[in-house]
Parts: sequence; structure tokens; C-alpha cells
Amino acid sequence: MEIYLDNCATTKVCEEAIRASVYAMSEQYANPSSLHKKGFEAEKLITDAKRVFANALSCDEREIYFTSCATESNNMSIIGTAFAKKRVGNKIITTQIEHPSVLQAVKYLETQGFEVVTIKPGKDGSFNAEDFYDATDDKTILVSTMLVNNEVGLILPVDEIGKAVKRKTPDVIYHVDAVQAFGKLPIKLKNSPIDLLSASGHKTYAPKGIGLIYIKKGVRLTPLLYGGGQQKGIRPGTESVPLICAFAAAVESIDIKENLEHYNMLKNYLISRLSEIEEVSVNSNENCVPYIVNISVKGVRSEVNLHFLEQYGIFVSSGSACAKGEKSYVLKALGCNDKQIDTALRISFSKDTQKSDIDELVDRLKLGIKTLIKLK
Amino acid sequence: MQEILLVKTGEIALKGLNRATFENMLIKNIRWRLKKSGEFNIHRAQSTIYIEPKSSDADLDDAVERLKKVFGISLFSRALSTEKDIEIIKKDTIEYVKDDLMGAKTFKVKAKRADKSFPLNSPQLQAELGGALLEAYPHLKVDVHNPEVTVTVEVRDYAAYVYAEAIKGAGGMPVGSSGKAMVLISGGIDSPVAAYLMAKRGLELHAVHFVSPPYTSDRALQKVEDLCQKVSEYSGRIHFYCVEFTEIQEAIKNHCQEELFTIIMRRLMMEIAIKLAKENNISALVTGESLGQVASQTIGAIVATDNVSDMPVFRPLIGLDKDDIVKIARKIDTFETSILPYEDCCTVFTPKHPKTKPDLQKVIDDQNSFDFAPLVEKAVKNVKMKQIQSND
Repeated sequence: MEIYLDNCATTKVCEEAIRASVYAMSEQYANPSSLHKKGFEAEKLITDAKRVFANALSCDEREIYFTSCATESNNMSIIGTAFAKKRVGNKIITTQIEHPSVLQAVKYLETQGFEVVTIKPGKDGSFNAEDFYDATDDKTILVSTMLVNNEVGLILPVDEIGKAVKRKTPDVIYHVDAVQAFGKLPIKLKNSPIDLLSASGHKTYAPKGIGLIYIKKGVRLTPLLYGGGQQKGIRPGTESVPLICAFAAAVESIDIKENLEHYNMLKNYLISRLSEIEEVSVNSNENCVPYIVNISVKGVRSEVNLHFLEQYGIFVSSGSACAKGEKSYVLKALGCNDKQIDTALRISFSKDTQKSDIDELVDRLKLGIKTLIKLK
Repeated sequence: MQEILLVKTGEIALKGLNRATFENMLIKNIRWRLKKSGEFNIHRAQSTIYIEPKSSDADLDDAVERLKKVFGISLFSRALSTEKDIEIIKKDTIEYVKDDLMGAKTFKVKAKRADKSFPLNSPQLQAELGGALLEAYPHLKVDVHNPEVTVTVEVRDYAAYVYAEAIKGAGGMPVGSSGKAMVLISGGIDSPVAAYLMAKRGLELHAVHFVSPPYTSDRALQKVEDLCQKVSEYSGRIHFYCVEFTEIQEAIKNHCQEELFTIIMRRLMMEIAIKLAKENNISALVTGESLGQVASQTIGAIVATDNVSDMPVFRPLIGLDKDDIVKIARKIDTFETSILPYEDCCTVFTPKHPKTKPDLQKVIDDQNSFDFAPLVEKAVKNVKMKQIQSND
């Protein structure tokens, strides 16, 4: 038996995505830039895919660009904006709880003479748009925040943050890392203050190796790559038609509303079952999405617990998969103490997660506490 | 709090006895265009068109974006609809215009009392509401001459309406109110702009495009269809006619003088366009010519092409510079598509030295050296027709 509860690390590829990519690989294998008919047909697949994303994000299809992953989308957004606007100013604002692909990118920019301000969450873990307003000045060129945090599932008020910083400095570029939200929460970019948005395929039932970036019309980025002029030269390189098709097919098959109801049901059930266990405390609060539940298990270290559960075919995560082994700076920023951080587990659902999976998890957690605490 | 859209028509209001016809046509166009934003009640009264969402499912943000592209609207606003009671108006207005006033330093209130039974007259209403807003937002100052934000309140028959921002409409006349026209569309920068400008004057658009496979590609055709789709966001559905032109172009090359290739080609295109227009009850042609821009757009060349036309040829770009045309192309978002580098029928067989001052009789004689009529008939017969409309 296999119970996969690490869906924020990655998801299982859905049938629709597999079929779409096989079709693109075996039938529409031409280079989409080739002038002949077969090339044109491959190009049309990309155009159709863009339409799917434009629909999902409520934006124009020409504002969608494909990348190899969300790490690239985040780097492109941050470094690309910084270089494009370095004559205007050198200040970049982000938060303490970003993904490493944002934090490391701004760290690099610091070595290049940019000034970076990181905003801390309040005591209850939430962010206040006014803090961003206060931090913004006329030298600020970029603000980058996530929409949903990857470790606890905290939702950031991106609309308010974006509006607040633009009220102070209208020309500031606002980038949103939506990797843990895209395909799971409704996102509407039309009339929103968001200029750049990153998303990833493999969090939404598509294969790894494909990401996207939304670039609002009129926003300029300095490219990170130079080449054959594909995607208007902003992100050159032959487009991966099979992965693009898979990504679009996966996103098209998702029913966000229905899934959210399912996640809410699962989260409520999990939390009510966890209340049976005295040693468990829940780190995700009501400001968090329903598909991520972060807990701490008193007396059992994360990694030990994780390996204990895997014996029973249950896969969860200690913090985020991208920060292998390091102590969670996110939980720390959100006010957890060292013990809670050392014993944290992240449980994340997919559309296929069942109630019975949660029963099995809770039973094994109980068993784990009994056996593992003894060993301490 | 109920929000609605108030639409002010532009020059339609000056149309005298025909005004109702124009307004009804505009309402029909609005209804069609807002289909995907949700369900609305749309009616007119007191020279204003009211668009009221039927339920909370209706997407007003989306409707606003769509209305910006409907010809026949000069101004519109997203307004709060509230009770005709001064206390309720004050309370609701303070809440409704919060975002607009928080970011501003100066404002004024403008009142319009269309319902004369309302107890306060316009200046009194202005003073009352202005005072309430000043009290609620003490950082504000009143500036009646140059305010950053103007809060308008209109007291009408059924309700009072409040808005802080009037949005500029697309102007022009409702599409369809001027009849139908056939646009000759190539895939360049100019013809989509010409199509847009004539739709703005109320013409329903039909478009003819000439393809010359294998000299031109499927991508080139797709490009033109994409352009029509962009224009259709303003003009509504476009009837698109695709004419195969290869045989005719080859015949021109084999039988006519090289320096007259382009002029004879354009005459034959006009002939075909006119035939298609007549079959479809269309009464005018539209082209994207701008005087002197290229050899085929000189006075002499226009005389030679107009010679085959017995219907008016509208050339809205005739007096515009390229820069002006590009500006409009960027505004209607056709520019980026127009500059994609595919071969089109006009770039096939271009003469090295085209005649800039052609002699009409010589052109006619040269064209008569070959009987094009059967080829023209065949091209018209084999035309492929489709409807193009914006898919979002």
C-alpha cells in the first residue's frame, strides 16, 4: 500500500498529461519554430496551451512564457527585473518565508550592489500590507512575495500588498511566486497589481521540467538566456512541446472549486483526528490553505518520524523537500520554538487523497509515538 | 451594496428622431459583448443606458474591460446604486469611494439632480455629501477647480448613483448602424487599423484576404486571422473571406509588364472584392492605403485601382503618417502580430522598379493582353468563408 501525502513536493502525473505529452512526442514532434506545416502544427499546440493558462489565470495568452521550472521563473523575474531597472533604483523587498529560489536569487543580487529588505511576519504569522508600504521608497524597483507558503500553507494578502506598494511607488514591479497556489486556488490577474507570476508544472499533476512565468504586458525583463529568439527572445531555447502540452492538459483537467471542497473536508477530518493525540500540535492556522497541514509531534524528531511512517508506505515531508535537512527558517519566522521545528511534519493532499489515507496516517502516528518515544 | 454600470452615449444623443434606433442597436451590441461576463439587465432611460447585474455571479471587472471596446459609448462609469435618502447616500458613499479617496489629496463632489422631487437641490446635495466625506477622510482638501478625484452623485428616477471615476469609452457609432463594408486585409500594419477605424464609424466588417500557396504559408493565413480576431474585440464578429490568388498572380507574371505587376494585381483584387461584396449586399470597400507610402499608393496608382470600382472605397488612413498608424495599431494590440515576418501575397513577385505614375490607359491595355475573367470567376467561386470573433 502507498499513501502519498507529500503533494506539495510534487504530484503524481495525471493520465491527461501523460496522453498529451505522448501525442506531442510521437505525432507532433516537429520543432515549433520550423517554417513548414509540421512546425506550424507544433506551434499551434503551444498556442492552444497558452490559451489554457490565459484562461486559468484570466490574462492574455501573450503574457504567458514557458520555462524549465519555477526556480527559473523566480530567478528570471527577480534577476531579470533587477537588471532591467538598475538605472531606476536598487532596492528589493521580499519576505523572510520565501522559497530558496527567491531568497538565493536576492542574495546573489546583494553581491551585485542591490539592497534587499526582508519583511517579517507578525506574531500570529500573518503579513500586513502596511509593512510593505512603509518599506517601499522611490529607490524600490521590485517587491517579491509568495502567494502560498510551501511549509505551512500560509496565504499572503498579495492583492493588498501589491496595491499598497504601488500606491507609494507606482512603477515598482510586483512579482508573486504562486507555485503552491496555481491550480489549487483561483487566481485572477486581470486588473490585479501583479506584474510577474511564477508557477510550476509538477505541483499540478504535470511532469517535472516545466514551469511558466506570467509577464504583464509592458513589463520588461532582461533575459537570463540568449539564443534563437524563441518566446520573443525573453526566454529563448526550443520550447518543450510535450511538457507544455502535458502541463496544459493537467491544468485543464483540474476543477479548483471541487478540489477545494475536498481539501477542506480532508483538513477538517485530519485536524479532528489529530486532536486525539496529545503530543501533536498543528502549526498551520486558519490563514492557511486547506491542502497543507503542518504539525509538530512532541518528542519525535521529524526525520525519525518520516522514516518510521515510510515503513508503512506513508510518505510525508519534514518541512519542504527543497530545503533538505536544514532547519526550517519559515517555522522559525512564524514563531515556532526550536522543539516544534525539530519535530515538524508537513502533510499535503492531492485530489486523490482519501479519508481512509488519513485514518491510516493517524493510526501510524499514534503507533510511532508509542514506540519512538520509548527509544528516546 | 449594489453596483451597476452607467453608460453615456456619444454623438448618438444628437441623432434626433433616429436616436432610439441607434440606442437599441448599441444595447444589442452591449448585450452580445457582455455575454461572457454574466447576466445583466440592460435598459435605457433619461439618455443613459443602465447595466445591472442580475446576480453576484456577474463579473463587473470583466464587463468594464469589454465595454471599453464597444463603439457608440463616449463615457461610462461603475457606480454604486443606492436609496434616494441623503443619510443612506452619505453612509454608502463614504464606504464606496474609500479606495479612490485614500490615495488622493484633493477632491470635489458633483451632484446632478434629475429627479426634482428629491428634497435637496444639487448645490445642497454637494455641500452635504462633501461635508460627510471631509469628516470621514480628514486628510482631504476640497479643490473645485482641479481635484484629483471627483465624486459624482446622480439622483435619478429609481435610485441615486455614486461614482468616483468616469471611464472613457471607445467613442464612435454602434457597429452595424452605418451598414456593411468589405475590408481588403493583408497582414500588414495598416489594414487592421483601417478596419478598426471604419468599424468605429458604425460599419459591420467583412474582410477579404488573398493567399498564394505555396508562395505564402499557413502561418501567414493564421496571422491574418489572428489580426481579425484582435479587431473583432472592437468590431464584433467579422465575416472572413479567403481567396486563392496563386493562379492569377502567375498569370500576371507571365503576361504583363513587370513594372505594372503590383497595380494590375491590386486592380484584380479589387474586382474580386467587389464581386464578393455584391454577392453579400455590402456597399463599400475599405483599404489601408496611405497616400504616397509605397509605389502602389500614389495618386496615379489609386486612380488606376479605383478605375475598376463602382462602389465607394473608404481609405481612412489616407492622410496619416506611419507613426500615427503604428500608434493606433499598438492601441488596438495588432502591432506585434502585424510585424511577424511571413511572406504575404503582396510581397510575392514584386517588381524591381514599380511604376509610380502609371498611365491609366496603358495599365488597362496591359491588363487586357490576357483574359483574367475566367480566373477571377474561379477565385470568387472557390472562396472560403468563416466567421471570426474574439474567443475570450
